[in-house]
Amino acid sequence: MKADPKGVLTGIHFIDGDQAACEGALAAGCRFAAGYPITPSTEVVERFAGRVPLVGGVFIQLEDELASSIAIQGAAWAGKKVMTVTSGPGLSLMMEHVGFAAFTETPCVFVDVQRGGPSTGLPTAPAQADMMQVRWGSHGDYPMIALSPNSPQECFDLMIEAFNLAEEYRVPVFFMMDEVVGHMIERVEIPEASEIEVTERKWTDKKGKDYLPYEADESLVPAMTKAGDGHRIHITGLTHDERGYPVMNASTQDKLLKRLLGKIEINRDKLVDIREDGVEGADVVVVSFGITSRVAGAAVEMARANGVKVGHLRMIITWPFPSKRIKELAQTVKAFIVPELNMGQMVIEVERAVVSDAEVISIPHAGGTVHEPEVILEKIMEAAR
Amino acid sequence: MAKNEIRIGGLGGQGVILSGIIIGKAASIYDGKHATLIQAFGPEARGSSCSAQVTVDDDPIGYPYVKKPDILVVMSRDAFTQFVPNLKPGGMLLYEEELVDPTDLPKGVKKFGIPATRYAEELGRKLVLNIVMVGFFAGVTGLLSPKAVEKAVLASVPRGTEDLNLRAFKKGFEHGQRSVGV
Repeated sequence: MKADPKGVLTGIHFIDGDQAACEGALAAGCRFAAGYPITPSTEVVERFAGRVPLVGGVFIQLEDELASSIAIQGAAWAGKKVMTVTSGPGLSLMMEHVGFAAFTETPCVFVDVQRGGPSTGLPTAPAQADMMQVRWGSHGDYPMIALSPNSPQECFDLMIEAFNLAEEYRVPVFFMMDEVVGHMIERVEIPEASEIEVTERKWTDKKGKDYLPYEADESLVPAMTKAGDGHRIHITGLTHDERGYPVMNASTQDKLLKRLLGKIEINRDKLVDIREDGVEGADVVVVSFGITSRVAGAAVEMARANGVKVGHLRMIITWPFPSKRIKELAQTVKAFIVPELNMGQMVIEVERAVVSDAEVISIPHAGGTVHEPEVILEKIMEAAR
Repeated sequence: MAKNEIRIGGLGGQGVILSGIIIGKAASIYDGKHATLIQAFGPEARGSSCSAQVTVDDDPIGYPYVKKPDILVVMSRDAFTQFVPNLKPGGMLLYEEELVDPTDLPKGVKKFGIPATRYAEELGRKLVLNIVMVGFFAGVTGLLSPKAVEKAVLASVPRGTEDLNLRAFKKGFEHGQRSVGV
């Protein structure tokens, strides 16, 4: 279906990534957000708090991140599209409720404007060091999706996709911005509502006892209900059966967990979203995401000017990871170069896919600023030699 | 046109960031170019130093920071001292001439001064000194079309102040054109 025009600020704007992310959420139909504002993500909720009353929705500033990350789940079960917004220190506190969202299949978007860590770290400077935390930070095995925008325009565009994916798969979706993307100001074009495709939640049409809240068809995604629709249902973080009631034994756990992880697994090829530039026939391929993809792009161009056959593979969706494509490329590529604003996180996934078919070179960075393109260039030149 | 990197510095409260936003808007919305603005993000407040980095290019912009600006615009002594060592040799310095004494410049730098604060006071509000400076920037550099910058000014200032800001823009623009002998 098309976006609700009320939430769409059609026009050409010169705004930062945080504000664009907020507009993306409103365009996607987000009508409830809760948060405990934290630098460098504050502008997202600041704008949302100002805009959402005009659109018809609610923002609550709560006492902390635990409250925020569970309040949105209540609102999701009341029928709203929801998000919470934070940065590293807040994300750490939300981890318990990430698992709850995944296990109860509550569609929600977690916006993480990454800053230097660990702990309080560097509040006003960038990092990409929460990539493994969102994948593995909550206990247990859980399904999730992560997107990595690299510009204010993408903060708008990909935020709509983030909400659509949350609704389609009923998983927590992480919107992995960083301080530079959040605070940089660029042109952002917001189209007419009639040009924006939004995914409606899959609602059940079953009545009374016929409705089993965790009974799924071959899509593995159950249809949802909401408070007030007349269903008497139970939602729990305990291992549960199709009725939603706790059944704590190995076979129920096995069946449930396999279905939950299967939602992503059977759609992995469809979900993977990468941008390739000159990877076919390249000797060296730079694998990047988020803000680093822009710096890497500059380095790739410099290397080409030096006569190197270098390709660039940029991940738009970082989780699920594009293992299959990396493995394919590893058959012909001499080396992969992985620059990231952390001490080596996504490079582990590249190594897992490549095994020993090609060389994998990490370019770690502790955060606080972005790589110098020359540093990436030097590694490309070394690898191509 | 090749890539142009601009650093604008001054004191919190002088409208440094807004002048960067106007230049970025003019370039990317009204002049068909690409622009990226990064603001120095720290414990800045009114009266302390403050700066914006603007990159303007015909092509999409990768690396977002300005390290060695082609053009440095300074509205305070502090900003001049802090940023002038990184001004590219052969680059351009635009400065508030009653607040900044431009000595020890990198080699080949062309400098252009304007009494922006006094002009703003003469126009009736000291507050518009940043718009005088934006006009001056447009007049001296010729980087953007004056129409585009004018539109960006009008789209960025509070309603009811359009006339005053347009006069401020023109004042700076004309001074700029005189400085480069147009």
